[in-house]
Amino acid sequence: MYKYDNYDQQMVDTRVEEFRDQVRRRLTGELSEEQFRPLRLQNGLYLQLHAYMLRVAVPYGTLSSAQMRLLGDIADKYDRGYGHFTTRQNIQYNWIKLEETPDLLADLAKVEMHAIQTSGNCIRNISSDQYAGAAADEIIDPRPYAELLRQWSSFHPEFLTLPRKFKICVIASETDRAAMRLHDIGIKMVRNAAGEIGAQFYVGGGMGRTPMIGPMIREFVPLDQLITYSEACLRVYNRYGRRDNKYKARIKILVHELGKEEYTRQVEEEFAHLMTQGIEPPIAELERIKIYFVDPAYDTAASDELDLSDPDFRLWVERNTEGHKQAGYVIATVSLKPVGGIPGDASADQIRLMADLARDYSFDELRVTHAQNIVFPHVRKADLYTVWQALDAADLGTPNLDTIGDIIACPGLDYCSLANARSIPVAQKISERFAAKQEEIGEMKLKISGCINACGHHHAGHIGILGVDRKGKENYQLLLGGSEGADTSLGQITGPGFDEDGIVNAVEKATEVYLDKREQGERFLDTYRRIGMAPFKEALYG
Amino acid sequence: MSDVQFRFRDDEPVSDPAVTVDSFADQTNATAVRVEPSDDARELLPYLDRLRLIEVNFPAFTDGRGYSSARVLREAGFDGEIRAVGEVTIDMLSHMRRCGFDAFAPEQSLNPADAQAAFDRWSDVYQATADGRQPIWAKRHPV
Repeated sequence: MYKYDNYDQQMVDTRVEEFRDQVRRRLTGELSEEQFRPLRLQNGLYLQLHAYMLRVAVPYGTLSSAQMRLLGDIADKYDRGYGHFTTRQNIQYNWIKLEETPDLLADLAKVEMHAIQTSGNCIRNISSDQYAGAAADEIIDPRPYAELLRQWSSFHPEFLTLPRKFKICVIASETDRAAMRLHDIGIKMVRNAAGEIGAQFYVGGGMGRTPMIGPMIREFVPLDQLITYSEACLRVYNRYGRRDNKYKARIKILVHELGKEEYTRQVEEEFAHLMTQGIEPPIAELERIKIYFVDPAYDTAASDELDLSDPDFRLWVERNTEGHKQAGYVIATVSLKPVGGIPGDASADQIRLMADLARDYSFDELRVTHAQNIVFPHVRKADLYTVWQALDAADLGTPNLDTIGDIIACPGLDYCSLANARSIPVAQKISERFAAKQEEIGEMKLKISGCINACGHHHAGHIGILGVDRKGKENYQLLLGGSEGADTSLGQITGPGFDEDGIVNAVEKATEVYLDKREQGERFLDTYRRIGMAPFKEALYG
Repeated sequence: MSDVQFRFRDDEPVSDPAVTVDSFADQTNATAVRVEPSDDARELLPYLDRLRLIEVNFPAFTDGRGYSSARVLREAGFDGEIRAVGEVTIDMLSHMRRCGFDAFAPEQSLNPADAQAAFDRWSDVYQATADGRQPIWAKRHPV
């Protein structure tokens, strides 16, 4: 994985000092809270209901074991012994003290980590495919391009006060595991007819109040124009994105209001101009970065055999592992969704255990997934049983990846000052209710947001749940038919909402309709798409 | 109008009153103009050689359109003064310099020591802009 050189380290160290200075000016009153707010947000520091929350960047979701171990230590030293992995492939700490934040950031900087631009109206942490570099179906590892974009977007002087937040995702597989088209810019690395690698640009996707699937605006951007094209997309947005209403300020609204053709025309015009400005790093820089992402030294003699005689292990292997491009290896996902647990939470000890296992059995590497789980990207099949036993003993062996128990949920009203309803208790009740039925129900993406900002990605769930405030009471709306894959679609609301217990019952009714109507091999989503909303409505409200 | 607190130019300061962008084209003797966030700085490009001062206003420090305006003007070759006016704060200064601002007239005068620290903060930068600084990628790959 990528390693900082002196320049990168200096940038992060300088940021720590800058933030230390900003905190000092805030504490002496030189900065008002209003002035400080955007500054702390650009460093991932939110003021929540009970305390400050710090969001630490995990660029494109990739971590070393030393970084992971430090995340565990930070949970002990500055928080209450827990970290919360998020849908942005980041980690959040919910009980942070403002005056300790500069020291926390200095600790992070020692292992090449930071909280730069994890919040605020700027370009956020770049996300990517959690199986990058290991997936059998990718055309190339997308992370070098994400790293190039990370450096370009860090402290970009023109784009630090955009109309609204800005999220970029880079993938390189046909199977989209990162909800690429639900980003402000989604980039898919592709190969053209001449066999060259380039970037396909999708602009104007997003969730939130007005979910939209990003349209493609350029089929192929050559690699030596990637930064320049991105800069053109951003400049048009910075100049013309709406600033009169924060709910209409995302780039998706600009693209929608201008129309894809007119937005594209403006980008192309800006791009032609910027091509004369010499802002593109040389290809040699991309080549320099790529060296850090070469394949680890796989054991090419590794056996492809796996002893599945232990039925619990077998279930976990079937559920939580994925084929690897290298024979003899698998990609293993650690579910952070134990039955009745808080989705994405891990204790300091669990985090350190995962760090140790990655060091010993996954070439020192881990990934954070947007579904709030952790991945060991390169595990030898011969080591898998050992890894699973260690995980299972630490309550990290739940075999429920991509089942109804693998719930994505935002922090909701338990922590978040924006939320209208709690998400975590609903996730816990659903997890408990369906624990015995998850295998029967099969692949299911269930996603819960505690308000319309959609941090829990409810629009993209096969089953989505949206918490709202209805006359002072928490109320939950049910959505069906969303998907974030290559077949991206947005879920539709079934009808009137439910209370907390009612929504769990409603989910059960929806799954019963599916089990009753499904045809051979159909997932919930397939059945819904085939039979439509009516039978579900009938069961829910009839 | 606020005084210029920081200036990175050797020429004589311009004191001509700035006119608005929409009235500028018709006032052939005007040498200073004020760009508001909603103005299109590109409308000034035909007149750059008779302009000595372009003020870019920041009515709110959270509105970043002025950064693009300054870069558009520098990229078109404007070498007169680009002055940031309005709600200009300490933590904007280094980024404004990078976008081409070379004079600062904050509404609320800034602590000079804090401002100096901000101007000096970044010994290196990741991006190429028209400020002439060599970005990190260029230092990594000397020609």
